[in-house]
Amino acid sequence: MGTAVATAPPPSQARKLTKFWRDGDQIAHLVTFIFAASVFVVTVWLVYELWIHSAPSRAKFGFGFLTGTTWDPVAVQFGALPFIYGTVLTSLLALLISVPLGVGAAIFLAELAPPALSNACTFLVELLAAVPSVILGLLAIFTLVPIMRQYIEPFLKDTLGSLPLFQGPAYGVGYLTSGIILATMTFPFIISISREALLAVPREQREAALALGATKWESTWQVVVPFAKLGIIGSIFLALARALGETMAVTMVIGNDTGIHTSLLSPGYTIAAIIANEFTEATGDVYLSSLVELGLVLFAVTMVLNGAAQLLIVATTRKGSKRD
Amino acid sequence: MNRTARRNITNNVMLTLTGLCTIVTSSVLFLILGFLVFNGWRSLNLDFFTKLPLSAGEVGGGMANAIVGSFELILVAAVIGIPVGFLGGIYLAEFGGKTFSMLVRYTADLLNGVPSIVIGIFAWTVVVVKMHHFSAWAGGFALSMMMVPIGLRATEQFLRAVPDSLREGSLALGASKTRTILQVVVPAARQGILTGMILGVARIAGETAPLLFTSFNNQYWAKNLDEPTASLPVMIYTHAISPFDDWHRQAWAAGLVLLVLVLLANVACRWVLSRGMAAQRG
Repeated sequence: MGTAVATAPPPSQARKLTKFWRDGDQIAHLVTFIFAASVFVVTVWLVYELWIHSAPSRAKFGFGFLTGTTWDPVAVQFGALPFIYGTVLTSLLALLISVPLGVGAAIFLAELAPPALSNACTFLVELLAAVPSVILGLLAIFTLVPIMRQYIEPFLKDTLGSLPLFQGPAYGVGYLTSGIILATMTFPFIISISREALLAVPREQREAALALGATKWESTWQVVVPFAKLGIIGSIFLALARALGETMAVTMVIGNDTGIHTSLLSPGYTIAAIIANEFTEATGDVYLSSLVELGLVLFAVTMVLNGAAQLLIVATTRKGSKRD
Repeated sequence: MNRTARRNITNNVMLTLTGLCTIVTSSVLFLILGFLVFNGWRSLNLDFFTKLPLSAGEVGGGMANAIVGSFELILVAAVIGIPVGFLGGIYLAEFGGKTFSMLVRYTADLLNGVPSIVIGIFAWTVVVVKMHHFSAWAGGFALSMMMVPIGLRATEQFLRAVPDSLREGSLALGASKTRTILQVVVPAARQGILTGMILGVARIAGETAPLLFTSFNNQYWAKNLDEPTASLPVMIYTHAISPFDDWHRQAWAAGLVLLVLVLLANVACRWVLSRGMAAQRG
């Protein structure tokens, strides 16, 4: 049959090789692949190193490490609870302040402010997120701590002193001061992401609510905000992850006390702060690996929160664009 | 009071409150800047930039070694972090398959969210423990890990923004894919990638936690990158928590210098980016 197709003779090995090198596409693909893969490899390596270096502590204390309340390098007894407690408490205090403030500002910037003003304010807030945390710590030590000690903490004790939350001497440093500093570091995230989520809500939603006779606030609070709910919650998760892992500013104002206290005015400790303070001075395998294990706990918690936040934010942006 | 009046009052009160929230949150930056300029300006002098720190309690001296040290650390971080971010970003935008790219993107986001103190522990385990001493290498390595995710995502994002017609035009003229990327796509996205990298540098310039047990600190000049190295953020930290007034003064000065540099870099980058976007739309 005459179905013979004219085919070029197969190129010689040498020609193939020259072409391969001249174009360089394979090489470029491989080189860039290696660099992209290195990001993945390094992240896995990080988890591996944390796991390996925390082995002595994990072997000695097991899960009791997470619930132990003594931190005694001399007796080689290490428990993480005071630090977990301090980390969670300061982060929750931070959210208590930054969530209403941040969501409120995001609503104003997305719904009420003219675009130019909205962009300018968002710009200022995002610049705030770029301020190094050690500088916020510096400010906190010399301005916030004295104000807390002389005015705010005595005032809280006078008015709410009967509650166990506001007892003990006013040191100026402690859980509450750390919470306030963390709030200023977290609200930029909440504002910037929540604003995006609110802006992604389709116009028709607002118009429909207003046409039904809702006031501006009712349309915003009962229609727009629920629509952007996932994105806002995502921003709060991100803020929480940032607050939990924040080191320098908190280390400077937390007060370094390894006890567990109910009073918000009391000095305490956080995971990041004890690592920062004791890592270079730690002697002995168990001491050092206990600090590494604290790092591992911190890593695990922030990773879960970050992952959840990413999913929520992706979910809202999808929802917004689907209905557009 | 009837229902409508109550609803209107609620409306006005709540909207005013959101406005207050905005005023409070937007003014924090000015508050910070104001305090630093007020306290830092009085403390800044020529000695700060040219002299070494004096021992505790003595009045005078400067932070020349920390300024140079910070630049060294940033340089090491940039030499490691920029190529990884740039080439990795090219892979994601130009070569990558679906699944693996997703994985890399996801881990980059994870890495971006790892607390900086944990990055410090990692750099300590893989560099300091192996070399048996603190060094600028270890500090630079830790910082580079914080820079990579930013550079990677910026590179990918701006390469993707380059229209496909440019790529097709170049390929149709017979250029190989590599050549297309290097001579057409990357130059078109140059500005965005560059600003992304500068934002990455600005982020690591103020990082303190990863340096505490990697580059450590040094009261003197580090002879080379293999020695403990002073840096501005760590100096601010140690000076601020010390009990000496003159050290506090120096901490304010260092804080002002660092903040001004970081904010300038950020403002410049955002300005360039917003102009670029306006040009693209127009």
